[in-house]
Amino acid sequence: MMQNNPQPQERKKLVEVKHLKQYFNAGRRNEVKAIDDISFEIYEGETFGLVGESGSGKSTTGRSIIRLYTPTSGEIEFNGTDISKIKHKDMLQFRREMQMIFQDPYASLNPRMKVKDIIAEGLDIHHLVKNEAERDARVNELLDLVGLSHDHATRYPHEFSGGQRQRIGIARALAVEPRFIIADEPISALDVSIQAQVVNLLRDIQKEQNLTYLFIAHDLSMVKYISDRIAVMHNGRLMELSSADEVYNHPLHPYTKSLLSAVPLPDPFYERNRHRKGYDDRIETDGQLRSLKEIVPGHFVLATEEEVAGYQAAAEEYHLDD
Amino acid sequence: MEKILEVKDLQIDFDTFAGSVKAIRNVDFHLNKGETLAIVGESGSGKSVTVRSIMGLLANNAQVTSGSIDFKGRDILKLSNREIEKIRGNDISMIFQDPMTSLDPTMPIGKQVAEPLLIHGSMSKKKAMARAEEVLELVGITNAKNRMKDYPHQFSGGQRQRIVIAIAIVNYPEILIADEPTTALDVTIQAQIIDLMKELQNKIETSIIFITHDLGVVAGIADRVAVMYAGKIIEYGSVDEIFYNPQHPYTWGLLNSMPTLDTDSDRLYAIPGTPPNLLNPPKGDAFAPRNPYAMAIDYEAMPPFFKISDTHYAATWLLHPDAPKTEPPVAIKKRQAEFQRLVAEGKINQPEYEEEGGVKDDAE
Repeated sequence: MMQNNPQPQERKKLVEVKHLKQYFNAGRRNEVKAIDDISFEIYEGETFGLVGESGSGKSTTGRSIIRLYTPTSGEIEFNGTDISKIKHKDMLQFRREMQMIFQDPYASLNPRMKVKDIIAEGLDIHHLVKNEAERDARVNELLDLVGLSHDHATRYPHEFSGGQRQRIGIARALAVEPRFIIADEPISALDVSIQAQVVNLLRDIQKEQNLTYLFIAHDLSMVKYISDRIAVMHNGRLMELSSADEVYNHPLHPYTKSLLSAVPLPDPFYERNRHRKGYDDRIETDGQLRSLKEIVPGHFVLATEEEVAGYQAAAEEYHLDD
Repeated sequence: MEKILEVKDLQIDFDTFAGSVKAIRNVDFHLNKGETLAIVGESGSGKSVTVRSIMGLLANNAQVTSGSIDFKGRDILKLSNREIEKIRGNDISMIFQDPMTSLDPTMPIGKQVAEPLLIHGSMSKKKAMARAEEVLELVGITNAKNRMKDYPHQFSGGQRQRIVIAIAIVNYPEILIADEPTTALDVTIQAQIIDLMKELQNKIETSIIFITHDLGVVAGIADRVAVMYAGKIIEYGSVDEIFYNPQHPYTWGLLNSMPTLDTDSDRLYAIPGTPPNLLNPPKGDAFAPRNPYAMAIDYEAMPPFFKISDTHYAATWLLHPDAPKTEPPVAIKKRQAEFQRLVAEGKINQPEYEEEGGVKDDAE
């Protein structure tokens, strides 16, 4: 079972999040602990899936990594540099290496700009093209890459369907040749038949350009399909982190189990006999100190020292069954 | 089985600046008493327009050009506004997709739940409020008594959807229409709402039309399924037949493009292209340009419904006796094998065949 897992030790860390805390209205009565001490790494070339319900802090995590927020405490390193220490003059280069694809393809494209100007905005800002001809050539190249045609360049966003708009958003993100892309629920606003198209596109581009993704979503089956490793988030904390197969086939934390048991599958017989598992959040709120502990190699669970043995026994049982 | 609602040859056009959009093209279906019928399709396939016509809630630029909707011996499409108002929210009620926008933010929830009772004039205000409290308790709002005077913003998304459901069922409707009731919700909340709807169906014996694009949800809730594409129903059957023995290439594509937990292949199957523009609907099968199995005739003539079993019909020329034999995709064959296994083990019922194959009588 374990030999399928990527060997993280040998791979280069591209993003490293260390004890990140993001509080809103800190110190006031309406303080919200959106992210409460999370740590994880994203390796170069992998897709890291971040799953959780609404309000779990998954989008906030993405936004903190791209420095749309200033963290309350903790560090985020990108390619070895602490992003909070990036000087204003170096910010442009940082923004070029890290791009974002947003959830809502209707709200994230400027309705008054032509598609070619939307896609080329990054090229202009970063001075990546010398003249109009080069700019058009690059836009056409990007349109080809995401499966749109050249005559789409002079149209406006409202002339496109949701799936096509999401392709425009992807082309815009790719224009500046980033190394790392944060995709915040990139497919949840799309129809089923179109979701698969966009997911395949993201995969193809990743292979071609050796991109690293942070894929944020609540659709667990799609996340499992696209991710190498998955972290499950709840109430601003990571509950479990492991390879996609481990999280799905051998979940250890009760919250992960409960979440998985709620995923509907297109199989009537399975659905008729499905038993949902409830979740008792006292395991998070009983006041005991918990942190992510490595239960088996590469598989982390939020636990106290005392709970580790129990999880290890559970993991053992899974592997005996295999 | 008793039919409670029957839609026949429904055709709805929308007048737009660009011309007349043929949103619903000859749709036929019925709803049996006590069952859950799921209507599946992507955005623009006409599923919401179909149910809105049942509720008499069509937009002003919509025109019903033909068809009838038979409910208790009356054609809903021929009723006056006043007569429809008596049915809406009383005999037939609806749950909308977005619980954030379908509640009045300025009205306490108890009053909102009691409103249908007061409008339909069946009881005094005091009685209505008592009933509202009872129904809120039924849909799982804990401590309903003390929350009657709370406003929608004081509830979470899942609780708001429960309140929306309470409003819809307070009159114990005979038909409950749910238009993507769980799409805006998290999976865990979605599962709770679906369990709730199943439970309520047993308690108040209502029939449900459930609209969604999520096939996982359909597998869990539906008794029968109708698949819509480009304003037409292209396949319908029992939930087992649609999921384990689908016949239309569009249904194949839909089932195939969902990753299951054991999908290992490198790529997901994606239906190529986009749905057709219904300003000028194609002459033949609207799915043909996206269909790898399309034959010459698919571009020429609309396929009629071919019978697979007494309850299962599909509109695809592939089922014509003269059509060349085609192999469905591997994942679909796996489903069919699973079907055979489950039938052999007696876990699901073998669908009945009255006669071998053939075209449905009323097909053109």
